[in-house]
Amino acid sequence: MATETAERKPTAKRIVIEPVTRVEGHGKVTILLDEQERVRQARLHIVEFRGFERYIRGRPYWEAPVLVQRLCGICPVSHHLAAAKAMDQVVGVDTLPPTAEKMRRLMHYGQMLQSHALHFFHLVSPDLLFGFDADPAIRNIVGVARKFPDLAVQGVMLRKYGQEIIKATAGKKIHGTGAIPGGINKNLSIAERDGFLKDLDQILAWSRGALKIARDYTMEHLKDLADFGSFESNHLSLIRADGAMDLYHGGLRAVGARGGKIFDHVDYRNYLDYIAEEVKPWSYMKFPFIKSLGPEKGWYRVGPLARLNTADFIDTPEAEAARKEFMALTKGKPNNVTMAYHWARMIELLHAAEKIRDLLHDADLQGTELRARGERRPVGIGLIEAPRGTLFHHYEVDENDQIARCNLIVSTTNNNTPMNRAVEKVAHDYLEGVQITEGLLNRIEVAIRAYDPCLSCATHAMGRMPLEVEIVGADGAVRARGGKGLYV
Amino acid sequence: MSESFTLTIDGVEVTAQPGQSILQAADAAGVYIPRLCAHPELEAFGACRVCTVKVNGRPQAACTTPATKGMIVENDTPELNEHRRSLIEMLFVEGNHFCMFCERSGNCELQALAYRLGIDAPRHDYQYPARTLDGSHPEVFIDRNRCILCGRCVRASRDVDGKHVFDFVGRGKGKRIWIDAESRLADTPLEGEDKAVEVCPVGAILRKGAAYAAPIGRRLYDHDPIGADIEAKRVGAPAAKGGKS
Repeated sequence: MATETAERKPTAKRIVIEPVTRVEGHGKVTILLDEQERVRQARLHIVEFRGFERYIRGRPYWEAPVLVQRLCGICPVSHHLAAAKAMDQVVGVDTLPPTAEKMRRLMHYGQMLQSHALHFFHLVSPDLLFGFDADPAIRNIVGVARKFPDLAVQGVMLRKYGQEIIKATAGKKIHGTGAIPGGINKNLSIAERDGFLKDLDQILAWSRGALKIARDYTMEHLKDLADFGSFESNHLSLIRADGAMDLYHGGLRAVGARGGKIFDHVDYRNYLDYIAEEVKPWSYMKFPFIKSLGPEKGWYRVGPLARLNTADFIDTPEAEAARKEFMALTKGKPNNVTMAYHWARMIELLHAAEKIRDLLHDADLQGTELRARGERRPVGIGLIEAPRGTLFHHYEVDENDQIARCNLIVSTTNNNTPMNRAVEKVAHDYLEGVQITEGLLNRIEVAIRAYDPCLSCATHAMGRMPLEVEIVGADGAVRARGGKGLYV
Repeated sequence: MSESFTLTIDGVEVTAQPGQSILQAADAAGVYIPRLCAHPELEAFGACRVCTVKVNGRPQAACTTPATKGMIVENDTPELNEHRRSLIEMLFVEGNHFCMFCERSGNCELQALAYRLGIDAPRHDYQYPARTLDGSHPEVFIDRNRCILCGRCVRASRDVDGKHVFDFVGRGKGKRIWIDAESRLADTPLEGEDKAVEVCPVGAILRKGAAYAAPIGRRLYDHDPIGADIEAKRVGAPAAKGGKS
């Protein structure tokens, strides 16, 4: 440990949130106090290390889309597609055949649907339906299933529909092989299409219902939520050429906390000119920032909230109407409320369902030109808007078709500083003395969960993690310790 | 032409032609004997011993043992299948076989045999050997992690392609397939269309640009187990059993 430790800053005290047990990965929160025992800084440490970027070296480039998705079992499609987009460039393909691009988009929207549904219905709804302080014995998915059985079923069925779409496009629900460099390996049969069309109206209806729950909850609790774990930040996402939200492809757009573009329509292959990553000694997760603003001011948020803030419009009517209502709340300026992520996420859920509907009616999905070829190139950079935010895959491929270098900036890494800020804000507002209370733990958990973080992805480590919290005083001594299971 | 004759495999009378091995006679009769190193277009080699059957009570490799009149052959028995499982498990732990991202998954004979024989996980410890890759050739990629030393490439290159690109080097545990060049496959006369490339039963010798082209569900062993094509030839054969992906 070099800089920024309590040992080196004798004026700081530290509070650490620790797991009860160490499973395969864990999230640990340290709350640093100053001499007056006020919160000086909070850190979410991710201390697992998995090393995908290292062991993919030497593998043939065409393996990357299938190999790297093993990072995760929640949104492997994001890694599959980001790597495939990078490998499109490596095989010299800038424009995919329409069937290939639309099949990949269908796969992606299927994933967006299942991932957002999983997060909202299974992980978040207990907090919203029972309140942050409800007994954890009730405040879980089983509690939801008991009290709101219809809702629990909808969550399962929405997720299933998305998973079936992934299976029809990628070959398997988890870790398929559909996207190959330069294209896709199958189209959508009429039978598969008709199977999805049959359930589509129900899916749209459930998506509308989920959006309504998130919207109503946010509006009803606006007073309490507006300040909860909230802070001003920049926002970053891909954006379509006409300014529409585009979850599969686009240029990079960054906006400031109060609006105003920092950069716009940046060809993401030049991302290194705009984004840099800072390394801190207390976390394996890096801290990306916008270069022109520097690490102090250049950190940004990604994911549903950021995408709502960057988009000029959404190109599906129901989600667009929802976006307008969402943006009206902040008079069209960026929304910086952490808990607004849930509402934004459900707007995207409906958008994904609408996109699936449009694609299922597109005859290109039954096309037979599946793959394009071109001239080999040494570098491939693929970006995609994963459910949790912008995902960067960057590969260098040597003359033997073997991967020489790989850099991944995953969505949760992009949200690293924001999650730290959210925890810091919560600690500042809810820490009483140096006690780690159940209320504090719950609120830290709720704030982290708003970002739908995938901590396994972020350090390329795996597993569900317990949350540990430690409070450390200005003298560097641990003053309090507590923990609980963190289901993120 | 000499007269055909009969032998019995697992109690069933099978007609064979003079010059046929037990394996060839069984194939022609629609009886599947598991095998890895044997290939219909290559000379029998007897390396993998997966096709071991009992002939009049004695273990013999079916691919190298000529069929003779009146032989009593045991093939699909619990004892022999247990030996086969053991051999396949050893092949799995001696190499680095990561089926989950291997492009040959679903089309791999080693994987398919493991499924057919009901292997869930090997009983032995993985050895994680350090093996090398060779991507120097413009059309062909070698991943030695997955080589099972069946020698199909050696025979195909020598006998069909007439090139002798591959051969065995080393002995015992250190035995491996090497190429007719200092270190780079690109420096050999191998071509992408060579039989030596086509016959690899696993993902060790791969044609570049072909990876994952067959979607899951349309791969060789997605629906029917390995050997189902041979068993389909049997008169009155039952429908094939379901395969695994």
